[in-house]
Amino acid sequence: MNVLSFINSFFSDNAHWQGYDGIPTRVGEHIQYTLMALGIAAAVGLPVGLLTGHTGRGGNTLALIATSARALPSFGLMVLMFILLGLGMAPVMIPLVVLAIPPILVTTYEAMRSVDPAPVDAARGMGMAETAVLFRVELPVALPLILSGLRSAAIQIVSTATIAAYVSFGGLGRYIIDGLYQRDYEKVVGGATLVAAMALATLGLFWAVARITVSPGVRRQN
Amino acid sequence: MIRIDSVTKRYPDGTVAVDRLSLEIPDRSITVLVGPSGCGKTTTLRMINRMVEPSEGTILIDGVDSRQQPVNTLRRSMGYVIQNAGLFQHRTILDNIATVPRMLGWGKEKSRARARELMERVGLDGTLAKRYPYQLSGGQQQRVGVARALAADPPVLLMDEPFSAVDPVVRKGLQDELLRIQDELGKTIVFVTHDIDEAVKLGTTVAVLRTGGKLAQFAPPAELLSRPADDFVEDFLGADRGIRRLSFFPAAGLELLTTPVVAVDATAERIAEAGAADTPYLLVTDADGRPLGWSEPRDLTAGAITADRLLPYGRPFVAGTDSLRSALDCAVLSPTGWAVAVDASGRATGVVSQQVIAEAIRGAHARIGADAARDADTEPDDGKARKVAP
Amino acid sequence: MSELFDLPSDLQNSYLGLVGLHLREALIPVLVGLLVALPVAQLCVRVRWLYAPVLWVTTVLYAIPSLAFFVILIDYTGLSELTVMIPLAVYSLVVLVPAIVDGVRSVPQETLAAATAMGFGPVRRYVQVQLPIAAPAIIAGLRVASVSSVSLVSVGMLIGNEGALGNLLNSGLTYNQPRLIWLSVVGTAVLALLVDAALIGLRVLLTPWMPRATRRNKVRALTVKEAVR
Repeated sequence: MNVLSFINSFFSDNAHWQGYDGIPTRVGEHIQYTLMALGIAAAVGLPVGLLTGHTGRGGNTLALIATSARALPSFGLMVLMFILLGLGMAPVMIPLVVLAIPPILVTTYEAMRSVDPAPVDAARGMGMAETAVLFRVELPVALPLILSGLRSAAIQIVSTATIAAYVSFGGLGRYIIDGLYQRDYEKVVGGATLVAAMALATLGLFWAVARITVSPGVRRQN
Repeated sequence: MIRIDSVTKRYPDGTVAVDRLSLEIPDRSITVLVGPSGCGKTTTLRMINRMVEPSEGTILIDGVDSRQQPVNTLRRSMGYVIQNAGLFQHRTILDNIATVPRMLGWGKEKSRARARELMERVGLDGTLAKRYPYQLSGGQQQRVGVARALAADPPVLLMDEPFSAVDPVVRKGLQDELLRIQDELGKTIVFVTHDIDEAVKLGTTVAVLRTGGKLAQFAPPAELLSRPADDFVEDFLGADRGIRRLSFFPAAGLELLTTPVVAVDATAERIAEAGAADTPYLLVTDADGRPLGWSEPRDLTAGAITADRLLPYGRPFVAGTDSLRSALDCAVLSPTGWAVAVDASGRATGVVSQQVIAEAIRGAHARIGADAARDADTEPDDGKARKVAP
Repeated sequence: MSELFDLPSDLQNSYLGLVGLHLREALIPVLVGLLVALPVAQLCVRVRWLYAPVLWVTTVLYAIPSLAFFVILIDYTGLSELTVMIPLAVYSLVVLVPAIVDGVRSVPQETLAAATAMGFGPVRRYVQVQLPIAAPAIIAGLRVASVSSVSLVSVGMLIGNEGALGNLLNSGLTYNQPRLIWLSVVGTAVLALLVDAALIGLRVLLTPWMPRATRRNKVRALTVKEAVR
């Protein structure tokens, strides 16, 4: 049997489409974990990145934080949090947030730093308030790069959230882990396909968001 | 009037960018700050709209300390143009120009209508309104920059090396355009450049700054060229100072000879009459009076003058509006040594020899010298070592 | 002190042995990824239109979760190190191709023209001019690839204990010994940081002509191709 026939039989099995272990439930859980982790990471990374990038200060500290966060192994961190904090959402969220913060933080900072200083100077010279300079002059130009950082974080979360199943959580990782232990490759392949599909959907979603939010005057240059 | 009153800018590391500078910038004229890099010209400009805060001294705008009003109110009352324009790449041309009116709370429609009006004023085609900055050439972008600065009709315009990044041909166009706009609008313009030719061309008055942020000379361009305050200014003005200075003497006073001008269909008597004049060459014009070329009188036969046998006449000067510099240039370029004067419509109004131009130059210098001597007598001695033009 | 690093006998390895294994499982794929990425990137530089589709393929490959990748490979390569290393090599490739392409493309046209004018052939120009100037960008890519590779090896534990230091996670849970889990997490993190530091050192050695890294460059190096992932 090859991968394609696994995929085919997994998705044509009616049992896989209903109940607490059905595809809709698992996809829903996966989306929930992803949105939560991305939301928390963005809530931390975006303001810090925007502010440090706008002022140009704290780049060293930022690089240090990003490097350290990247060095932490997600899987190990989750197991560690699991034994420290017990069963709960936190052991799953912590590694996912740690995973997502570096790309958001670093790209946002770099995106703000790479904004052409001339229009910023012109805006200040015209008497634009500092918050307006940040949100109306710098942000629209930095947006494509910032979105790419968010996109990268989102895809890594989608793909890594599978490990949550190892500590008895749901999501699409359930199929992969269960399949692995039950030697049910159909399930593993089905789960993997769903995760990959979700990652692609995330790519598509970010592409659409960029189309809508990024000004044509900026888009051309990226 | 903007009054800069013994202003100093000292940075935390101890460097002094501007050193006790005092300047009175007159209303409704172009004041150019010029000097080598590191002379504090940009710092001075940026202190006027408080992009840089002075360490000492005050800047008075119409008699009021610029620190009296909120900084953004101050900046919104002054147009600001920088090198490379600094346009907002995410906004259309129209919205770029409408920025300050929008900040001042004008309605969207009113702001845009104003922006359209300004596009026309700075010579931009209306079809560019919905474009984005990347779709425009450097020169066009700079025009948008000027339009954006003018949008809220501020009385003051601050321009920081606005034309430095475009090629010489485009730069000349932008300079001419600025002079034309200034004729129409009469703004108080402070213009920073490192290019002395640009300063001389645009400035009503020119402030030459030396490295370390000290004022070397503050004078109208003609005076700058004729009487540089010291060696630094003279050096900065560069070569050809004497020739360039002639730009400020009108050619209108030149005595033009009309006798040696003959039409292509002239009669034999007319040619003979012209030939009797004491000139080695005659200027032949077409039936409308436009110059065709030079010829020696003996080579001209009535009814048989052909344009291709004539000597070229070079480039004519416009008698009413051009300067002695143009007239001299025409004479030097002409193979006969005689310059051709034309009126605004291009018809020859006479010819003039190098000798006559040279006399006019000497006369103009003598008048300036007399003025200077009178100034020196009546004005209290300001301590500047003045040179009298040769 | 020695008890701290004592491991259960069923792991059949010492702590240092696991560290060595971990390094091997993490870095060989990066090396393979680099060897494949160099010609692919050069092709993308030469044939400009190729870059966009290549970027799409790499982005899609990166979207496959490591766990799923491992499990699917079991069918072909069994429960072996190779099963862990193949996905890691693919991920490295994905990070390195854009890093190299952007690095090589960032070499100023004038520099290339000058090299050509001095009589450099295409190969010589690539090896002696383009690669050295692109080195900082390439090493920045290597840093991201290596650190993520070191971190991902642990997941290999799930497929028949092929996760090197990650295997300690399973033992820790089985024998209820948090010490082993700490050993795994801290060990992996320290290893990642050391590899990162080594690569920074390598860059300093390779590019003595570069001005000392400013704050800006440090962060920029980390951005590498976050953008295209």
